[in-house]
Amino acid sequence: MDGPGERSTNLLGVRHILLVLSGKGGVGKSTLSTELALALRHRGHRVGILDVDLCGPSIPRMLRVQDRAVHQCDSGWVPVFVGQDRAVALMSIGFLLERPDDAVVWRGPKKNALIKQFVTDVAWGDLDFLIVDTPPGTSDEHISTVEALRPHRLLGAILVTTPQAVSVGDVRRELTFCKKTGLRVLGVVENMSGFVCPHCSECTNIFSKGGGEELAKHAGVPFLGCVPLDPQLSQSLEEGRDFIQEFPKSSAFPALAHIAQQILDTSQQSS
Amino acid sequence: MGLEGEQVHQSGSGWSPVYVEENLGVMSVGFLLGSPDDAVIWRGPKKNGLIKQFLRDVDWGEVDYLIVDTPPGTSDEHLSIVQYLSATHIDGAVIVTTPQEISLQDVRKEINFCHKVKLPIIGVVENMSGFVCPKCKKESQIFPPTTGGAEKMCQNLNVSLLGKVPLDPQIGRSCDRGQSFLSEARDSPATLSYRNIIQRIQEYCEQQHSLEEKMI
Repeated sequence: MDGPGERSTNLLGVRHILLVLSGKGGVGKSTLSTELALALRHRGHRVGILDVDLCGPSIPRMLRVQDRAVHQCDSGWVPVFVGQDRAVALMSIGFLLERPDDAVVWRGPKKNALIKQFVTDVAWGDLDFLIVDTPPGTSDEHISTVEALRPHRLLGAILVTTPQAVSVGDVRRELTFCKKTGLRVLGVVENMSGFVCPHCSECTNIFSKGGGEELAKHAGVPFLGCVPLDPQLSQSLEEGRDFIQEFPKSSAFPALAHIAQQILDTSQQSS
Repeated sequence: MGLEGEQVHQSGSGWSPVYVEENLGVMSVGFLLGSPDDAVIWRGPKKNGLIKQFLRDVDWGEVDYLIVDTPPGTSDEHLSIVQYLSATHIDGAVIVTTPQEISLQDVRKEINFCHKVKLPIIGVVENMSGFVCPKCKKESQIFPPTTGGAEKMCQNLNVSLLGKVPLDPQIGRSCDRGQSFLSEARDSPATLSYRNIIQRIQEYCEQQHSLEEKMI
């Protein structure tokens, strides 16, 4: 593996850094990154999100800031601040694209260079938590991100899976990546775990059930919880609304709040 | 595909694909990994090397259709596959999306990628398109098409919509058990969708073929 990056002054004010990983695409990493950030913000913490999914940067839209631009200052890029209270800061390649439909068709070395810049050259200021959303897999982006973050306060990684075996199978490999890179696993989240019909309340396990929990047990890592499929959550993200604030009675809310609480507990133990 | 744990064999003519049935062969990096926990933690150049090998050294024999499944994105794997196959003939790409804008956003990039590398687009499939509750039979849009779904996007970008596949818990179960969903759930609306989509793809490929034959 490559050597660690240098310490960046821009990350000195960041108290805890979390990576959100998954072996598989489409399991809800960006959703979880966004909701976790919002949940932590509602607990009064200053949160930043670094979106290093260069091919599919989703977070700007999820926070309704897709039309904003980023600027440079003396210490680097100024992140985009979300909301009137500016309590969530975001950096994403989405902000650097001339047109939203532009594809980033880059090979590894070019991606690595940008990721390194993203990690070290964003003027985050003081943050309690920096959440790093990644693309699926265990390749250039992941290796580069971990190496660039290594000299800093990397709390660990949250692994997201859906319940079924084909997703869990990839998360097992992601766990190996964590082991090999010395990345602490904060826990596994089983996303899209069950759907409660809004018409009759029947629960259907559309993507099966239990695979994430079983994996966590088998691998000896914490299980952070099951998040059900929730059309209100999907709708919120589509419209860039604050799900945590607007839908506290929604089926996904208790699970997301519980995940945030466990992260807070872990971070307090680490401090 | 029900092939976990299988291994790849080499012969004088190259790597042999692993056969599900006599007329369905598979090659995957999954067969080269010793354990289900092994991770492929490779940077771009090494991935490209394996992709090249997969394309050059697998002895497929006579095949009517070769389907290449790719990871999400527009990076090394995608560029390499298109580059390495440029000497031969790619009929086109089938692009999969879910109905929401968050997914369509990325698919528009994928469509632009195809245009950039001159890869024809056979069409788009809208997956996870609605769910019918098995108890009350009412439909829910779990992934709501807030901006008109794939249908609107295809209209705007002048690309074919090959079909919409609804959510069906049996799909996930079949995949997990390595069984053919189309055989296990013959009456599912999803099966009907899949079959229609497959037919449209076949028609497209056959049309292209006969066009080319006329030109020669």
